[in-house]
Amino acid sequence: MRERDLVIVGGGPAGMAAAISAHEHGVRDILLLERDQFLGGILNQCIHTGFGLTYFKEVLTGPEYADRFINKINAVKEIEVSLKSFVVRLAANKTLTYLKPGVLEGVGAKAVIMSTGCRERTREMVHIAGTRPAGIFSAGLAQKLINIEGLLPGKEVVIVGSGDIGLIMARRFVLEGANVKAVVEIQKTSRGLVRNIVQCVEDFDIPLYFEHKISRIHGKDRVEGLSVIKVDDDFNEIAGTAFEIACDTVLISVGLIPENELIEMAGAAIDKKTNSPITDELNKSSIPGIFVCGNAFKVYDLVDSVTKDSVLAGELAAQYIKECKG
Amino acid sequence: MIKKLTCIECPKSCALSIDIENCRVVALSGNQCPKGKDYAITEIENPMRILTSAVLAKDLSVKMVPVRTDKAIPKSKLMEAMGQIRKIKVSGPLKAGDILEENFLGLGVNLIAARQVL
Repeated sequence: MRERDLVIVGGGPAGMAAAISAHEHGVRDILLLERDQFLGGILNQCIHTGFGLTYFKEVLTGPEYADRFINKINAVKEIEVSLKSFVVRLAANKTLTYLKPGVLEGVGAKAVIMSTGCRERTREMVHIAGTRPAGIFSAGLAQKLINIEGLLPGKEVVIVGSGDIGLIMARRFVLEGANVKAVVEIQKTSRGLVRNIVQCVEDFDIPLYFEHKISRIHGKDRVEGLSVIKVDDDFNEIAGTAFEIACDTVLISVGLIPENELIEMAGAAIDKKTNSPITDELNKSSIPGIFVCGNAFKVYDLVDSVTKDSVLAGELAAQYIKECKG
Repeated sequence: MIKKLTCIECPKSCALSIDIENCRVVALSGNQCPKGKDYAITEIENPMRILTSAVLAKDLSVKMVPVRTDKAIPKSKLMEAMGQIRKIKVSGPLKAGDILEENFLGLGVNLIAARQVL
């Protein structure tokens, strides 16, 4: 098995910033593993603006923000990028196993940076009752279908939760000709940026129901509608306040969870509530030499902050490798 | 008349307090940078938005190419602009920033590619 100085898992904003930073701090043998066919990670489907304002001092879309790092990575020959490479195993001795089309590869590393991002919470995790018809999507999946695959998942849409991805998808569906009938939020305020409430919901006169929840999803083969009900301060349903909304599609936008199953497999300590690594320092795991950065470490609001902290992760890994060799 | 608005120029989301007389901004507070002043004036007098979307790709490594207007366009033109974007198909390698339609809909902005595609 070949041993590299640094292996980075995940070629989104965190992994790319960490790779460039590690190289700038003297690491000359870097392997960057990315499961998709392109670098850029989730930025590729985030085609709205709002990225780069603190890091580049200009307003960019997600793909434009990614592009700047992809061009930098491609210009550095000591960073080897392996696409379509899906890591299936990480051991505490910093050996990794990954699948590429047709082959199972192994690689060892002096240091590993995990920049595996996060995944969306699902309907099951917020306990919405009712049937299980087609037409229920996580907001990020709907975003991928529209922006990457060119498919419109539905025409009459209700969005559950008012996180940023849900708000952004409300506007995206309207622009693509669908009717967004409501955004339903159980809390008293949105977790999303006010900016998104204004330009994604208010701009298009979409009704936003605070302190309401979905009590049931209806439909046999395809979603046919929802029951919505007002809740009190303890989130208990208030009798007599229920109403129905007819729709064919439900988007679930109820938060994100760091993806850390690989470091857990390697034996690192994981907080079961947040799924983030238990550590006393930014970007570290409980295993020396295995670093975690970006949304895998904690879920950030802005990609600019992911870049800033991942630059530090690259520096930490470079220091660790130097100490190993020294 | 005082109107409360949230500046949406960046994710800081400054809470603006705007004094309006005869549909004109006469005084402003709450903004942390000059972008907030420009935003308040256009938002009250003629609201503008950058439009982002995606267009179909032909014979490229992706199915959709993300696009955007290089400057903001009137909010009232968003749906008309989407109608035009749906008709566009792009082919050939592209860099981020390549102009796909110059003077898009006669609005004095360009429609540009937002991603490198080979």
